[in-house]
Amino acid sequence: MLIASLLVASFVIFGAMYLAPGNPISALSGGRSLPPDSIRVLEARYHLNDPFFTQYWYWLTGALHGNLGISIVLRENVSTLIASRIWTTAGLVLYASLLILVAGIGLGVLAGLRPGILDTSALVVSAISAAIPAFVAAIVLIIVFAVKLGWLPAFGNGAGLLDEIKHFTLPAVALAISSMAIVARVTRASVREESVREHVQTAISRGLPRRHVIRRHVLRNAAIPITTVSGITIASLIAVAAVVEVAFGLNGLGAYLVQSAQSKDLAVVQGISLVLVTAFVLVNVAVDVLYSLLDPRVALGTRAQ
Amino acid sequence: MATPAPLLEVEGLSVRLEVEGVRRPVLRDVSLSLDRGEALGLVGESGSGKSMTARAIDRLLPAGAEVTGTVRFEGTDVGALSGTALRRYRGRVAMVFQDPRAHVNPVRRIGDFMTEALRMNQGISVRDAERRAVEMLGEVGIANGARRLRQYPHELSGGLLQRVMIATALLTEPALLLADEPTTALDVTTQADVMAILDALRREFDLALVFITHDLDLAAAVCDRTAVMYAGQIVEIHASSRLHDDPLHPYTAALAAARPDITRTARRLQAIAGRPLSSFEAPADECAFAPRCGYAQTACRERLPELVRLNGGVSRCVRAHELRSMLGRARG
Amino acid sequence: MSSAPVASTDVVIGRSRRPLPIVTLLRATGPVGIASAVVIAAATFIAAFGWLLAPYDANLTNLTNTFVGPTGGHLLGFDVQGRDVLSRLLAGAWTSMLGPLAVVGICITVGTVLAVTAAWRRGATDAVVSSGLDVLFAFPAILLAVLAAAVFGAGLLAASIAIAIAYTPYVARVLRGAALRERSRPYVAALEVQGASATTICLRHLVPNIMPLIVAQATILFGYAMVDLAAISYLGLGVQPPNANWGVMIAENQSGILEGTTLPALSAGIAIVVVVVAFNLLGERLFENTRKGR
Repeated sequence: MLIASLLVASFVIFGAMYLAPGNPISALSGGRSLPPDSIRVLEARYHLNDPFFTQYWYWLTGALHGNLGISIVLRENVSTLIASRIWTTAGLVLYASLLILVAGIGLGVLAGLRPGILDTSALVVSAISAAIPAFVAAIVLIIVFAVKLGWLPAFGNGAGLLDEIKHFTLPAVALAISSMAIVARVTRASVREESVREHVQTAISRGLPRRHVIRRHVLRNAAIPITTVSGITIASLIAVAAVVEVAFGLNGLGAYLVQSAQSKDLAVVQGISLVLVTAFVLVNVAVDVLYSLLDPRVALGTRAQ
Repeated sequence: MATPAPLLEVEGLSVRLEVEGVRRPVLRDVSLSLDRGEALGLVGESGSGKSMTARAIDRLLPAGAEVTGTVRFEGTDVGALSGTALRRYRGRVAMVFQDPRAHVNPVRRIGDFMTEALRMNQGISVRDAERRAVEMLGEVGIANGARRLRQYPHELSGGLLQRVMIATALLTEPALLLADEPTTALDVTTQADVMAILDALRREFDLALVFITHDLDLAAAVCDRTAVMYAGQIVEIHASSRLHDDPLHPYTAALAAARPDITRTARRLQAIAGRPLSSFEAPADECAFAPRCGYAQTACRERLPELVRLNGGVSRCVRAHELRSMLGRARG
Repeated sequence: MSSAPVASTDVVIGRSRRPLPIVTLLRATGPVGIASAVVIAAATFIAAFGWLLAPYDANLTNLTNTFVGPTGGHLLGFDVQGRDVLSRLLAGAWTSMLGPLAVVGICITVGTVLAVTAAWRRGATDAVVSSGLDVLFAFPAILLAVLAAAVFGAGLLAASIAIAIAYTPYVARVLRGAALRERSRPYVAALEVQGASATTICLRHLVPNIMPLIVAQATILFGYAMVDLAAISYLGLGVQPPNANWGVMIAENQSGILEGTTLPALSAGIAIVVVVVAFNLLGERLFENTRKGR
């Protein structure tokens, strides 16, 4: 199940230490030369003289208790470094998710319920938007809204709640735009499909009001595929957020992850990867649960892929 | 003494649908009438237009359908209704569909499905509506109604689900029930049960019934009169009891003869030569059945036959009068 | 007497008279498909010959020309280090498309092998492969690529392999479904009865018959891989500057935007979007054709 995936992923993250050329020490230090004391500390901390699986076990249990090692570059606990940045990433992902759900599903439902000329042009726009990578969207948004129009800032976290929201807006839009298009398309297709189903005909034939039929038969049933797709796209935001953070100079986990990868601070990379993968799996679990709640025919854990 | 007006009157109903960009006729000049409490069978092969007729009566045609002719229910022109009036009309006409599993929302409970119309249209409380639903389930032979109400459709078998559909249809106390092949998707034993229930309930609630099927004998068993459709047209309407002895149209005779009689042995099964014409393909200026008809003559191909009255029934055969003696029981 | 059913790659008498499969394929995808195919062909051509076509040296820096706008023969102006943007764009097509090609190559090959093996053997092998695939899904591609960069150092190879590994479970699952359906077709049983070996059946009949799906999947995958690899290069963990690459170009020239020079970064971005959209559109249509049964 998903827990198994998480374990396998954590194993990969841990095992990366051994995949690197050279020994684990050089991987952890990122190729820097270390004084013998530091080497001894590392050996003790990671139990490097123990068999492989014991090391993994120590590492994993340590991680569950919040101990993710020490950054070679900053000489601080990885967990502290993560904690100070996690809300930036979380805020960004939440903001983008909100946009996706409200705009994506909203537009999709409107397009699904009302066939019209707006429809075909909307399809073309959504096909193109769906293909725009977040960092390209970032560039375009910076050009249009930050430089040309000067409405919104293009860099940094901002200070204070309102200012932060302003600073996070362009990044959130950049992050959300391609997902919004995908969700809107799937929503429209699902709504269209449901509205011609036989059980909807039954409801109409019984003289039920149109609003009621749409709400409780079309939308309620279309919610199933819509939830699945929304969930998957939101989960994917977790990884792409890194790119957006870098583009907009946000001080989040993703940007720090990239920095650490560049400076070969493996402990930090491992720590952040673990956190992100866990978040990813948790979102998928939430989607599974939601799906089984929405569709009584499906038992938990058997979501159709 | 004036005869009471018929409950349902269909006059000259013709429907055209857009199929792959071309407007094609699905119903041509369909006319029939139904009195209160009367059962009319509507028999035909696939593509004959029988489902379309029922849908046209309930105003359930797909968007973009072109409708000419009138459907009158209790004297009111159904085609002119809209909004609340249309919904109220639909509340008085109940429809039972062919495939119960596709026609019941799979994510809602049975109780929700059954009581929906009562709660929404008639403002009845949930408790009262559920009480009535349980009673009606009892009428269709489903015990333990309260438990069934909590279940989901996928937990019920096809036969059970169809009975639920029938019970639901009757809950709103409609004046007319349109049953579109209600037993075709069921196995034979369940078929018999459901038919019996339908028949009994119809009489109990004094419902008018339009019973759609491809089985001539099944229709005859349940309905006072039977209408036969071919290629989107009505070709005969007659009292069910007279269908075998005195069919008014060669097609009806052929249908009746084609059914194997288990009390006799015959050298060959009688089939109708050729294949059934769908309403799309039917020509507009000659008898649609002529190519397959053993009695066709030049007159049959000259123009579209009109419906003529004879012997208390109706026939769309140019030679109806002549052929009367020949058509019945022609299986000697 | 051979009664083997005709597989699409069987040599049939008269095959030389049939139009090339690629032409029939394109005809089946409509004007949008054809337009996309043209764009893809153009991009491929530029990738292969961009360095020849470039009017100027893509690597020649001249810091006095930093972010100068379009003048004279320099249609798109100069970038952050005074290099001609157009030349750099043309030269950058190569690395921008090579990575995705490698990713797709690996994914499709490995994915097909896994899918066909699982579908052919069914039973325990299938269960193991399927669970294995299900369990591997937890790694988003970009994350795996960043991890790879931290361990092996930044570079196109490590990033491409990492992304390929991340995509393979998904591809294998899709192909497995199709392979399973194909495997249960009657002609497979007929061939087995005739004594054909498993490898022969799979290679000469099963795989060719799911080829349209494989091609559709590969096309869509190329688009995704291109986006992810460009992102990795943008982050500085893929293709390294001063090598020309569209993702790198966006990163390098982003600073110019705040000064008002948008062309260097924007043109690279547009190049990426145009090619990705072409692959997506074509891939989707090919995919729908497989649903319709060609």
